[in-house]
Amino acid sequence: MPVLVKDANKCVGCLVCMFSCGRAHLAVGLESSCIKVRSQGGISRGFSVFVCRGCEDPPCARACPENALVVRKGGGVLLREDFCTGCGHCVKACILDAIGWNNNKNKPVICIQCGECAKNCHYKVLEHRKT
Amino acid sequence: MIKEDTLKKILYIDLSKKKFWVEEREDLFSQFIGGTGVAIKLLQENCDAQVDPLSPDNPIIFAVGPLNGVFPIASKTVAMFKSPHTGNLGESHAGGRSAIALRMAGYGAIVIKGKSLKPLYISIHGDNVYFRDATTLWGLEEGVSTGALIRRQETGAGLRTIMRIGPAGEKKITYASVTLETYRHFGRLGLGAVFGSKNLKAIVVSGKRDLKVRDFKRYREYYLNLLKQLAESDKMKKYHELGTPANVMPLSLSRGIPIKNLSTDFTEGIENISGETFAEKHLGRRIACSHCPVACIHLAALRKPYEDEPYFYRTVYLSYDYELIYALGTMLGVTKAEGVLRLIEAVEEMGLDAISTGVILAWVTEAFEKGIINEKMTEGIIPQWGNVEAYSEIIKKIVFSKGEFFEDLGKGLDYVSSKYGGKDFSLTYGRNEMPGYHTGYGAHIGYLFGARHSHLDSAGYAIDKEAMIKPIDEKEYAEKIFNEECWRQILSSLVICFFGREIYTPSVVSECLSLLDYNLNEEALMDIGRRIYQEKYRFKIQCGFDMENIQLPKRIFETPSSLGNLNEDFARKIVTNLKEKIQSLL
Ligand code: SF4
Ligand code: SF4
Ligand code: SF4
Repeated sequence: MPVLVKDANKCVGCLVCMFSCGRAHLAVGLESSCIKVRSQGGISRGFSVFVCRGCEDPPCARACPENALVVRKGGGVLLREDFCTGCGHCVKACILDAIGWNNNKNKPVICIQCGECAKNCHYKVLEHRKT
Repeated sequence: MIKEDTLKKILYIDLSKKKFWVEEREDLFSQFIGGTGVAIKLLQENCDAQVDPLSPDNPIIFAVGPLNGVFPIASKTVAMFKSPHTGNLGESHAGGRSAIALRMAGYGAIVIKGKSLKPLYISIHGDNVYFRDATTLWGLEEGVSTGALIRRQETGAGLRTIMRIGPAGEKKITYASVTLETYRHFGRLGLGAVFGSKNLKAIVVSGKRDLKVRDFKRYREYYLNLLKQLAESDKMKKYHELGTPANVMPLSLSRGIPIKNLSTDFTEGIENISGETFAEKHLGRRIACSHCPVACIHLAALRKPYEDEPYFYRTVYLSYDYELIYALGTMLGVTKAEGVLRLIEAVEEMGLDAISTGVILAWVTEAFEKGIINEKMTEGIIPQWGNVEAYSEIIKKIVFSKGEFFEDLGKGLDYVSSKYGGKDFSLTYGRNEMPGYHTGYGAHIGYLFGARHSHLDSAGYAIDKEAMIKPIDEKEYAEKIFNEECWRQILSSLVICFFGREIYTPSVVSECLSLLDYNLNEEALMDIGRRIYQEKYRFKIQCGFDMENIQLPKRIFETPSSLGNLNEDFARKIVTNLKEKIQSLL
């Protein structure tokens, strides 16, 4: 099940979720993170968090010309990396801006709905829906 | 260190020639780890100790360490330069997005040399470095923010740092700071003036990458364990909830918070500027540096009416801290939270170091009372304890007035009190103004001999706290100050925020480093710490710093501290012991 942004007003902008997402993709750093945290034009206005909501009819999958994104049961998508050519259509198709990009691989970083980001957010900004 | 780690890459930027290049220095990063350790070596390599700090030959060095971007609360960047304020070692630390941005851009350090003919700002996005015109940003008046203008121009939103100077830096006030992410600073010792002297308005850094560790599975376990401790441990609680202002009440009860230029140990109404009051009445938002779960940065919302227009308000957010409540509150007899916030706003607008500014204003007030300075010199302003209006005006004049007295104030308190008198109540330590702890010998002697004359060098107040419970003799005092400063060289080479120091013990640090292929046991770490401290002191001495020629301010012996009245003889004994220890390094 996907992760929801419960209350972005409580977000302190620590980026701990982004580093968690990196680890979920077996990496250390920010390149392999799909969740994104951005200030709303200057830090005093607070932050926005962008994370995949696991669409039931995902536009990202529809936009993929190579069928590299398979709709997963219960919503969201799975990436078949060997099909992906790195065209970036999926990124543009996601209105939530919830797909990351790994420049090294030139491939998208797709949420695997693992919940690590939510588990490590100390400020309860995120919630991993279990059912 | 790990072979593929980009930490070893140093980005050199020459502002005179508008050139940049990268050098790989695995030697430096394996011997001196990173952060402060690498920065001092780079300073020695790139800065002749005799240079004028405001000349093109003074380099600006930024360095991060192996733990940045890898472990939580490793969130700081170290800046090094020759200080225009003290004339010797300039070192300042800041968090915000800077450390992670630098590491993610693929560098361990940046060295900026030379001087641009015209104002410019530098933007660094990974491998790409651009010199951008900043003539339009120079001399911006209030209301237009450099940060906002640069944010619109540059990519990397969310992950970038934007370091910039304000009017004080442009005017080369020797305690001008560099602001980043609106609320963080390279505050002390005048980095802002060095930026200004180079016509450097700002630096933007952004990047994104994955780093390598040796054993991912173990790394992950270790990381989660540290994260848990940082988020849940009692040791972090005070930074979490009230932030550093949690210390206002306890320190005022123990007489450790300096009041009115340390002329008295009591003031009415201190509870109005306590951490609790700020949180209750003004706390508007909490924020964190990148990769830090603690979120100690507390922003107050200050609602300000427009005097000439009813039903028009603006809300400004200001970050408040123990040191600010001290310097712009108790020290000036300002005991209203709004008053402190208004002074914080004034200091932020000018881009000055808040501690130095507050201590200077306190001296001005007392010197005025004593008739050492007069209304003519202050251009008609009458400084008075608690008079926020007058203080705000002086803050502006320090930057903008061409009057002799204000120009002098822009050179620091040591300069002013040497010229006009009033040395006995001038609270400076090796030319740097006093931090906010009058807790005892540890604090004061720590400021005086610390390599950066800062409370963060050896946290003497913590030693004083021990002494409040069980007396410490002169030998032990010196030893504790010395050892703490040596160990802190390691933390600031990694670069760990000092608030995480109780969790990052020597054994934890050694373990973290082993995951990055550094094979350093606790003993080896201590050796490196001592070595770094030694290198810093050597640089200070080459610049002309003379341990025999520095003194504790007289005033500290006149007003009771947390340890009661301080005894000059005992202080002298600690100093003798500490000097011996430092000397043995040289
Ligand atoms: S659920 Fe997992 S993959 Fe998705 S954003 Fe969170 S950490 Fe990343
Ligand atoms: S990536 Fe965006 S479009 Fe695709 S499933 Fe997630 S939220 Fe929907
Ligand atoms: S971990 Fe939570 S508080 Fe921190 S940036 Fe992510 S959502 Fe915001």
